[in-house]
Amino acid sequence: MGKKMLALTGAHAVAEAMRQINPGVVSIFPITPQTPIVEKFSEFYANGLVDTELIRAESEHSAMSIAIGAEAAGVRAMTATSSQGLAFMWEVVSTAVGLRLPIVMSVVNRYVGAPINIHCDHSDSMYCRDLGWIQIFCETNQECYENTLLAVRLAEKVNLPVMVLQDGFITSHCVENVEILEDKLAKDFLGEYKPKFSLLDTDKPVAIGPIELQDYLFETQYQAVESSMQVIYEYSKIGKELSSITNNKYDIFESYELDDADAVIIVSSSTAGTVKSVIDRMRKENKKVGLLKIKLYRPFPYKEIAEALNKLNSKHFAVMDRAISKGALPPLYTDILSSCFMLSKRPKIQSIVFGLGGREITEKEIENIFNNLLNNKINENEIEYVGLRK
Amino acid sequence: MSNLKSSKEIDEGGIISKPKTSINFKTGTWRSLKPVIDESKCIHCDICVVNCPENCIDITKDKKRGEINLEYCKGCSICSKVCPAGAITMVSDDK
Repeated sequence: MGKKMLALTGAHAVAEAMRQINPGVVSIFPITPQTPIVEKFSEFYANGLVDTELIRAESEHSAMSIAIGAEAAGVRAMTATSSQGLAFMWEVVSTAVGLRLPIVMSVVNRYVGAPINIHCDHSDSMYCRDLGWIQIFCETNQECYENTLLAVRLAEKVNLPVMVLQDGFITSHCVENVEILEDKLAKDFLGEYKPKFSLLDTDKPVAIGPIELQDYLFETQYQAVESSMQVIYEYSKIGKELSSITNNKYDIFESYELDDADAVIIVSSSTAGTVKSVIDRMRKENKKVGLLKIKLYRPFPYKEIAEALNKLNSKHFAVMDRAISKGALPPLYTDILSSCFMLSKRPKIQSIVFGLGGREITEKEIENIFNNLLNNKINENEIEYVGLRK
Repeated sequence: MSNLKSSKEIDEGGIISKPKTSINFKTGTWRSLKPVIDESKCIHCDICVVNCPENCIDITKDKKRGEINLEYCKGCSICSKVCPAGAITMVSDDK
């Protein structure tokens, strides 16, 4: 009751959420593999299912600029992008944080070229992981739908923009059953947007985006850091509220067969699904393996993850990055290392880079990773490139 | 510098939510040249009034050019450049 089951791709699941959010403005520009989100939303618009002002931008830079203008004018504004599109809008992506505008943007993860490649890795969103945008990784189409709803509330609570991330093609173009809330339930959860200020409110005039120099820029940056520190608490709080209508959980990270595990993989997004299926099979062979799935990636829950890792039996981990940092350690691995720095006894961690440019990661490969961990075959001095022909 | 506010006392994102705060910003301190008006040449066309980027040249009730408010005149010289009567000269301002 109160829900219906639809067969949706990850992209269409996001579009469903956007239909229910019914934003004041949606600015769109197509880019593979994000395009089906704005295509589907345009269909809703053409069929009169939303009251949104749909603006067809001439570039991603403009799409984000339009969202910024709309949000500053006091309405919910959304857009979606991928890869080069995100890279092209980068300048104004940081402006959205600087002006503290709670924009929600769906990012369908794709490699940023050259060489040109349309498939999934996380290099696009990793390029802007430290700007102050909240980043939430989705494993399933269901999560894409629900996290988009949650993101709107979260963004507006802390006045920071949110990227909802899903894997290009793997999630965005594959169909799964998605439980969609009844419109009224979703709308009640979302509530009415009451902006703190609006450029159109002539009774309470404001100046947005003035220059700030040596005297105030530092304070304004610190405000964003302070708000960012509230995100983990607010995410869990809003998550509990959403949980009461969806019966799903919105933990900051997901634990799967973790408590008694002797070997643990830490990974985000669709690969977590493959890891779960490997775990189910290996558990039947009495191999104690588990998963810690990263959901809230920015702000990174350093303390919470350190506490979770500290409680575990296992001191053997593999951190799997679907991104590469040339000349530095991989991003998720670096974050996990920083978490572990808080622990008195440091676990042994294998860094793994996989799946660049959409390269498939197989169950067999994941099973090998687990077996290496179980057999204490961990090389802390080297990154293991799974699926690479060296 | 002592009257500067803390991060908790200012609006988020550098937004200015109170109007007229520019009154507190005395741009006159930037000036190295100041305009001097030759009253005998001024034809009261008010071209300098509308061209002043700081709006610091007054206009009287009978629509004549008024005084220049030197608290805000930053010495940009636009008034002297646009004056059709050559009535405004910029001179060194030894404050």
